[in-house]
Amino acid sequence: MPKRLTPRLTELQVEIEGYARDYGLEPFSQIFEVVTYEEMNMVAAYGGFPKRYPHWRFGMEYERLSKSYAYGLSKIYELVINNDPCYAYLLDTNSDVDSKTVMAHVYGHNDFFKNNFSFAHTNRKMLDAMGNHSTRVRRLIDKHGIEAVETFIDRCYSLENLIDPHSPFIRRVAAESDETEASPRDPIHKLKVEREYMSGYINPEAFIAEQRERAKVEREQARRFPPEPRRDVLHFLLAHAPLEPWELDLLEIIREEAYYFAPQGQTKILNEGWATYWHSKIMTQRAVRDDEIIDYANAHAGVLATSGRQLNPYKLGLELLRDIEHRWDTGRFGKEFDECRDMAERRNWNRQLGLGREKLFEVRKHYNDVTFIDAFLTPEFCIDQKLFTFEWKEKGDRWEIVTRAFREVKQKLLGMLTNFGQPIIEVLDGNHENRGELLLVHRHEGVDLKQDHAHDTLENLAALWRRPVHLHTLVDEKGMLLSFDGREHAEKALEF
Amino acid sequence: MSSSIKQDHARFREIVRGRIKQNLRKYISKGELIGRQGKDLISIPLPQIDVPRFRFGQKQQGGVGSGEGEPGDTMGQGEPQPGSGEAGEGEGQHVLEMDVSLDELASILGEDLELPRIEPKGKKSIESVKLRYSGIHHVGPNALRHFRRSFKQALKRSIAAGTYDAKNPIIIPIRDDLRFRSWKEIRQPESNAVIILMMDVSGSMGDDQKELVRIETFWIDTWLRSQYEGIETRYIIHDAVAREVDRDTFFHTRESGGTMISSAYKLCKEIIEAEYDPESWNIYPFHFSDGDNWSAEDSRLCLSLLKESLVPWSNMFCYGQVDSPYGSGQFIKDLKEAFPQEEKVIWSEIPDRDGIYRSIKDFLGKGK
Repeated sequence: MPKRLTPRLTELQVEIEGYARDYGLEPFSQIFEVVTYEEMNMVAAYGGFPKRYPHWRFGMEYERLSKSYAYGLSKIYELVINNDPCYAYLLDTNSDVDSKTVMAHVYGHNDFFKNNFSFAHTNRKMLDAMGNHSTRVRRLIDKHGIEAVETFIDRCYSLENLIDPHSPFIRRVAAESDETEASPRDPIHKLKVEREYMSGYINPEAFIAEQRERAKVEREQARRFPPEPRRDVLHFLLAHAPLEPWELDLLEIIREEAYYFAPQGQTKILNEGWATYWHSKIMTQRAVRDDEIIDYANAHAGVLATSGRQLNPYKLGLELLRDIEHRWDTGRFGKEFDECRDMAERRNWNRQLGLGREKLFEVRKHYNDVTFIDAFLTPEFCIDQKLFTFEWKEKGDRWEIVTRAFREVKQKLLGMLTNFGQPIIEVLDGNHENRGELLLVHRHEGVDLKQDHAHDTLENLAALWRRPVHLHTLVDEKGMLLSFDGREHAEKALEF
Repeated sequence: MSSSIKQDHARFREIVRGRIKQNLRKYISKGELIGRQGKDLISIPLPQIDVPRFRFGQKQQGGVGSGEGEPGDTMGQGEPQPGSGEAGEGEGQHVLEMDVSLDELASILGEDLELPRIEPKGKKSIESVKLRYSGIHHVGPNALRHFRRSFKQALKRSIAAGTYDAKNPIIIPIRDDLRFRSWKEIRQPESNAVIILMMDVSGSMGDDQKELVRIETFWIDTWLRSQYEGIETRYIIHDAVAREVDRDTFFHTRESGGTMISSAYKLCKEIIEAEYDPESWNIYPFHFSDGDNWSAEDSRLCLSLLKESLVPWSNMFCYGQVDSPYGSGQFIKDLKEAFPQEEKVIWSEIPDRDGIYRSIKDFLGKGK
């Protein structure tokens, strides 16, 4: 069982929280629990929560984490939940200096959760909600059996990424209706009548009837369903798929959790950068003792290490934040600086504005990964950090460095961060071919879908929709309609 | 706290087990698992244990990295480079290979082939002692000095003492800084079983035939190991003469020339006499050939060696005959004739890879 803090750790928490608040961080109230590494792996497998509904994939994640720990490949030092109060876990084997570093890091995340706009609409009582979900799912298992429930969750989980991450908050099904509202205007077109007694002649009964009939046909044709493409496919399924009540219950739970986790995926670089920035600041300037500096440096270097040439979000986030701080401290922004072409002058530019800290707090509040990279990635930074793009080359059968050009690097990075690096899929028609079939469209942005996965996902979709399902996409730059009718897959080339 | 994750974990292992069992026949006949064997674990590629999603093909997508290198330089062969943009929260989507212990694999094999468990004979059980390096000590022999830990200790000391100079970062460890690996003893009961693998490597046994033997013996070995705590394996190859070799040589030798099976059986007999007292050892001789022997005379010698010593001494004597375009396949007929009722003599024909599954059951289905 997780333990509350020892008196020593409580002392450290008071110390670290004091520093954090001195620097201007505004965290939720923070609760630390002490866990063994097994417990830490478990909580990590559950996405940070002490309790989740039963499902094999948590067991799979637990297996992966435990193995990785056993082989010494990774060790989770810290876990934080976006919740009020904020919960975080400390390893019982941590030394004082580890604990202080982790605490400082946690206060960074906590402050970010509380203040970054992306989290504003997340459920801050998620710890309770997760417990509640767990109870609901267990009850459903008792009633319908583990096989049925697990199979259905597997299907939902396969569709879990089909939400609208830009939707500011989660829409409830009951709160809105998909019916196209009846047009308030009279749909019957009558000719203008100047004198009332003429109306029977100008608009005879047969003419009116004809108008009425035509209006009805037009209305039928015009009724698009949904009226506009729907990004939140899960919501559409909740509202319109012929599901049993218990299935709706499960789908709702999966969707709610997906929305809760979505902002974490959208702010990974910024959030980790922010927490790393603060643990480094708090430790090096305030909290670390002389005899602890080596252990601290060792741990910090571990956080910033890159494996091979892969990007490390902690490092990228931290470096970019430090770059921003430096630029706003020295005034390296704005028209005058941008237009300066003298490289020596640019290099030594210093207006001594000291706006860095203020700017950082602004970034922490108003940005996510996409806007963070879009607004602050500079050519100089790209060179300093030695960024490049890579691609798979069939010829030679290997990953190759393609370019270090700023524009390409930025474009690729933004592409990977948009929609969490997931394809954008929308519901186009819930009554395709007037047969109640479901038509989705993939908004293709240069990268094809993984075909085998697309097929399997269509099968899961069809299982929920219970009618044939179709997906518009591009394969090798050609329009393609992938279909699954419940038994067979079909592909049809399309003209766009 | 952790009972719920234990449940999820057990559920996951159950699913994995089911997948492996489903594919076991394929794994067995392809032999693809053999190359994936570690010390106690084997990594099994499992298609589709990851949840299908609408997602991009990684290869077309590419990514961003950092570090040295010119455009056109390689990033590293074949290893996928997950980008930083992935929503990594507990997705576990890269699990495509599962490590399964050989014991577990054997138990899946046992279930699938409905193999009975073996009752080992003999009473003596020897304890063996193994060393495992698992900790750090302040004293120890230089050969076990842990460089990084010693260096770190020295660095800490010199910073704490204020003698560290960042401009001239020389660290000289003193005796107190030194750290050494330490070990603990692990005692393991060792039961006494030996597998003696014999194979004909004469000209008529081609690479295909030896591959069949290699695959089949892997599974037999895995099963027997799961039945005994510790087990020894000896390898004998023969053409006209027999010699004992190591495992690697066993699978990779090809000789030309004639075949005298008796030479192998004689050597097998000598090894048993010298080292494995049949009273206390469980003995499993396996012989694989294409059934071609030099002469009827030699075959008769083989049969008498079997009757007089090898069969009485062994838990079972197994003969596997692989099809070869050159072999007459006579030897299996001789065996059948000589031991029509003998339960301890087991023969099996292995025509091709698909025959391996059946053949394993022939050999191990009796639970001897």
